[in-house]
Amino acid sequence: MSQITVEQLWKAYGDRSVLERINLEVASGSFVTLVGASGCGKTTFLRLLLGQEAPTRGRLLLDGAPLPAEPGPDRGIVFQRYSVYPHLSVLENVVLGLEFRAARWLGRLRGPARRQAFEAGEAMLAQVGLEAVRDAAPTALSGGMQQRLAIAQALILKPRILLLDEPFGALDPGIRADMHGLIRKLWHETRMTVFMVTHDISEAFALGSRILTFDKVRRDPHAPEAYGATVTYDLQGRHRLPLAEEAPPCAAA
Amino acid sequence: MATARRFINRRPQRGSGLLLAAAPFVALILLYLIGSDMRLSANPGDKLLPAPSSFVEAISALALQADPRSGNYLFWTDTAASLLRLGLGVAIAALLGLVFGLAIGLFPYAGALLDPLMAVLSMIPPLAILPILFILFGLGELAKVVLIVIGIAPFLIRDVAFRARELPEELLIKAQTLGASSWQILLRVAGPMILPRLIGGIRLALGPAWLFLIAGEAIAATEGLGYRIFLVRRFLAMDVILPYVAWITLLAFLMDLALARWSRARFAWAAGR
Ligand SMILES: Nc1ncnc2c1ncn2[C@@H]1O[C@H](COP(=O)(O)OP(=O)(O)OP(=O)(O)O)[C@@H](O)[C@H]1O
Ligand SMILES: [Mg+2]
Repeated sequence: MSQITVEQLWKAYGDRSVLERINLEVASGSFVTLVGASGCGKTTFLRLLLGQEAPTRGRLLLDGAPLPAEPGPDRGIVFQRYSVYPHLSVLENVVLGLEFRAARWLGRLRGPARRQAFEAGEAMLAQVGLEAVRDAAPTALSGGMQQRLAIAQALILKPRILLLDEPFGALDPGIRADMHGLIRKLWHETRMTVFMVTHDISEAFALGSRILTFDKVRRDPHAPEAYGATVTYDLQGRHRLPLAEEAPPCAAA
Repeated sequence: MATARRFINRRPQRGSGLLLAAAPFVALILLYLIGSDMRLSANPGDKLLPAPSSFVEAISALALQADPRSGNYLFWTDTAASLLRLGLGVAIAALLGLVFGLAIGLFPYAGALLDPLMAVLSMIPPLAILPILFILFGLGELAKVVLIVIGIAPFLIRDVAFRARELPEELLIKAQTLGASSWQILLRVAGPMILPRLIGGIRLALGPAWLFLIAGEAIAATEGLGYRIFLVRRFLAMDVILPYVAWITLLAFLMDLALARWSRARFAWAAGR
């Protein structure tokens, strides 16, 4: 299980409020997509879930227990860029998580354990369609292939939660459609809980079982940083409710 | 009319590029030959700008004939002694740079403890503490190697630390989500990613390393390239000094070239970064 509870979550950097009064109950196995104007705090929300940042106030619970305060193998992540290790081959990138888990001191497996891990890595690569380039350097891959690799790398440890921050933002529309198919397939197979930030509203609706929009509801024209964003719409996937067209920019200019 | 392109867009062809690169060298050599010839025709005993034949004589005496007193081929024993000192000093400094630089760059506590110290240490002029080194370590090999280490290690440590802090945060976070411990991140992510940067730092530090080597040898040594230059200075032996300088320059140049080649072959992923 991987149910997420968000209670009265606030996040501020100094005087600058970024997120405020967020209350959520996310069922295990949900595919939550997050949309909102640039600077609304979507990435900040993911960082809180990841444990990279601590809430200023409020609590984040995973199956009723507070989330660990630093990133760990229960929560995988794929960033928009800098997602894979340039000094390792494609296959080595995927196997890395298994090596970290099994080889505490060297971080590197040997012998039969190594063979086993690399076989698991190849199976994972096959799932994302990269088996043909397993020995290539990641820098030689296209953007779409690099993101496939980043996803495979994150999934090899079977995280309970997968966090995606605009993972397809830099890809061509055609490639993006392929990636949608891939991520939906993997979500079905693993039943993990997914949080995905996107700027593409149609993508949010195409993929999400639940769509959250972030925006500021309180504004002080004299102090644009006084108030943070919160969840303004909480929509079921494929139930297209009217959505504020383009949310007005809530970033402090 | 063909429009004249801007100078920033005009590039030499391959052949003319080589020609351009060679031109200053040829000009310098010609200048020397003319100067040497003028002085020698005025005074055949002139020592300041010896003729090329004197170089050959002086160096073949040092390189091809055993020294009657010690039985050594001085040119080669000088070279070996200097390279050993330089290699030891640079290797120790590189190791310190890697270990302390990574620790400072990666662990906030190590950074808080050592950052200010490194900032201050790197400002001490190493030559100013050379007398202290000779007092502490005697006039043997140790003091000269330590001078090189003290001279370049602070730079390498700080360089590696800065580079480690520049590693994309995403990659460090990702490693944590893959379950890596601090130690594993050091070993499998930060360490390997910093190595090509360390090589770059070593290349920059080679110049100062030679400087400290020759300074140390000039003051207290019984052999070495720097020692020989300062020894024969007393006899105005330009026929030895100039070839020695050229030889040192060539060695330094080859080291730099070898490091660059090796780094490009071994760390191909870091190219163009
Ligand atoms: N470490 C930090 N210190 C101070 N302010 C920060 C920090 N991180 C983020 N912010 C601020 O928090 C706000 C929200 O940033 P965030 O990156 O979460 O927005 P976002 O919704 O992901 O935007 P985008 O769609 O452009 O990625 C921004 O105004 C940003 O300047
Ligand atoms: Mg963002």
